[in-house]
Amino acid sequence: MNKIESNKGWLFVLPVFIVVAFSAVIPLMTVVNYSVQDVFDANTRFFTGTEWYRTMLNDPQLQGALIRQFIFSFTILAIEVPLGIMVALMMPKKGWQASLSLVLVSLPLLIPLNVVGTIWQIFTRTDIGLMGWGVRELGYAYNISRNSGDAWATIILMDVWHWTPLIALLCYSGLRAIPEAYYQAARIDRASRWAVFRYIQLPKLTNVLVIGVLIRFMDSFMIYAEPFVLTGGGPGSSTTFLSQALTAMAIGQFDLGPAAAFSIIYFLIILAVSFVFYTTIMHMQKDKTTQKTGDS
Amino acid sequence: MNWMVWTLPTAGFFSAIAVILAGMTVWQYFSPSIERKGFLPISTTRGDRLFIGLLTSAFFHLGMIGFTEFHVLVATALSVVWVVVLMRWG
Amino acid sequence: MKSRIGLTIYLVLLILPIYWLVNMSFKTNQEILGALSFFPNNFTLDNYQRILTDPSWYNGYINSMTYVAMNMTISLLVALPAAYAFSRYKFVGDKHLFFWLLTNKMAPPAVFALPFFQLYSSIGLFDTHIAVALAHCLFNVALAVWILEGFMSGVPIEIDETAYIDGYKFWNFFLKIYIPLIRSGIGVTAFFLFMFSWIELLLARTLTATESQPIQAIMTRTAGASGIDWGLLSAAGVLTILPGIFVIYFVRNHVAKGFALGRT
Repeated sequence: MNKIESNKGWLFVLPVFIVVAFSAVIPLMTVVNYSVQDVFDANTRFFTGTEWYRTMLNDPQLQGALIRQFIFSFTILAIEVPLGIMVALMMPKKGWQASLSLVLVSLPLLIPLNVVGTIWQIFTRTDIGLMGWGVRELGYAYNISRNSGDAWATIILMDVWHWTPLIALLCYSGLRAIPEAYYQAARIDRASRWAVFRYIQLPKLTNVLVIGVLIRFMDSFMIYAEPFVLTGGGPGSSTTFLSQALTAMAIGQFDLGPAAAFSIIYFLIILAVSFVFYTTIMHMQKDKTTQKTGDS
Repeated sequence: MNWMVWTLPTAGFFSAIAVILAGMTVWQYFSPSIERKGFLPISTTRGDRLFIGLLTSAFFHLGMIGFTEFHVLVATALSVVWVVVLMRWG
Repeated sequence: MKSRIGLTIYLVLLILPIYWLVNMSFKTNQEILGALSFFPNNFTLDNYQRILTDPSWYNGYINSMTYVAMNMTISLLVALPAAYAFSRYKFVGDKHLFFWLLTNKMAPPAVFALPFFQLYSSIGLFDTHIAVALAHCLFNVALAVWILEGFMSGVPIEIDETAYIDGYKFWNFFLKIYIPLIRSGIGVTAFFLFMFSWIELLLARTLTATESQPIQAIMTRTAGASGIDWGLLSAAGVLTILPGIFVIYFVRNHVAKGFALGRT
């Protein structure tokens, strides 16, 4: 589309700019200010310079949380994206079954985060929970408060349960946008099921998948309430991710300076990874469109 | 504004960012930047290069502070050189 | 046929944890802690009755819905013109502004919890609904602009031009022609705004004390000195899911058509 070149655009963007500046820029500046001081209250504070950054970067607990965070985020992406596409492909296209499966699939998305934790806490308890009890009955000594492997598997299962629907939903709407004529052409050509997926469906899905993968990456990097309720970050600190480590420090121990320094590092990491993601995807798309126009 | 616990260095830092942004806007207004390809793997505009420069500088500072004994201003000086190089040839 | 079976299995697995929660919510605590059963033996509504008759419980739901509704209104009002600008105009710094908005979706609430607390305390908004609504704008405005921009790019610019030639003033055109055109986009956006604001806990909990505490924070109180009240906790959980079901039901057709415009 040809956009009009006009700085009138700024007028329309102004409200968003003000709201977001108020709720993002001012707090962010405050965090930066905290990070270079030892703050007791607004009037009792000492300038510490870069000391908190040094402490935080060398803190083994935070390094551990960071590594766990990356493993977690990439694991759930690797499971949720293919699974979500599969579910979307299986969902009926019309009729009451379509409505029903849409409502059911979306259901987990609208459950408050800590309630998700609660559901799984109850579900996986070995005395009163269906899954915990069931796994025990099958002969496996399942214990999420002792065995960190079990805790990890449960948290990943919970996240897959909770967020695969988002990917499925996005892909489903992407699939619905494919004109029926494409499929008819494929049938005439006797294209295989795989060829239909690879050359008709997948290209249509890339754009919605971009949204899905970005949202899932960002959100999984901030995961807090679900593991907090389910495992409390344990056993030990084996399922303590970044947000929980940070919240424990900022609100629990009220160590404002170190927590702020940690916040900045945390934010910079998300920013960098998301930026790389975003630019790679945007440039891939641009290459595709220039190719298309070049061909025709 | 007392609760924001301002300090001189952070105030200076944010003012510098604000000045750079304002400067970039004015520069863009009088001579619009054209996307081009430099030593970076993607083609970029002036603003993209500035953002990449600032972000990499931030990580450079973190690395310096966290894992070496150099003073932070050494990192800042090197970052300035890096951002200039990136703006010119990136 | 194979896909029907696969989908059924997936849906059953999806519903299983929720079914278990519902099952628990109709049981007494003695029964829960006794033997495992797939249906309540002594069907009871006591847990629900306790929540729906105790103001300190049901106010939590009212509080949550109030700030979610406020947030949706604010986000949509500011995001609609902005998304229009991003889809129609090229202006200085547009791409960077767009990415900057997105970075706010990336900002971990844990990072902002404390400064928000101080910011809203200093302007006297602590423990009000509007404080939580504004705080949630941090990530929701960015999301709204992002989704709406996709929908708006799918509407041909010729529609705008024709309307101007026909003598429409901008706001007349925007409200009478343009907004109805992207109805389903607004529906999908509203769905996501509701979702992300409704499920958020950390900021909502940090910014409220007693007056406007969300239900999620009140629920944590079921863990008393005498152990957790499982039945009550389950009933409270089930009640947090219900508003979500209504929202999905209303937008189900839009979500299906949804992202199809523009983004694909």
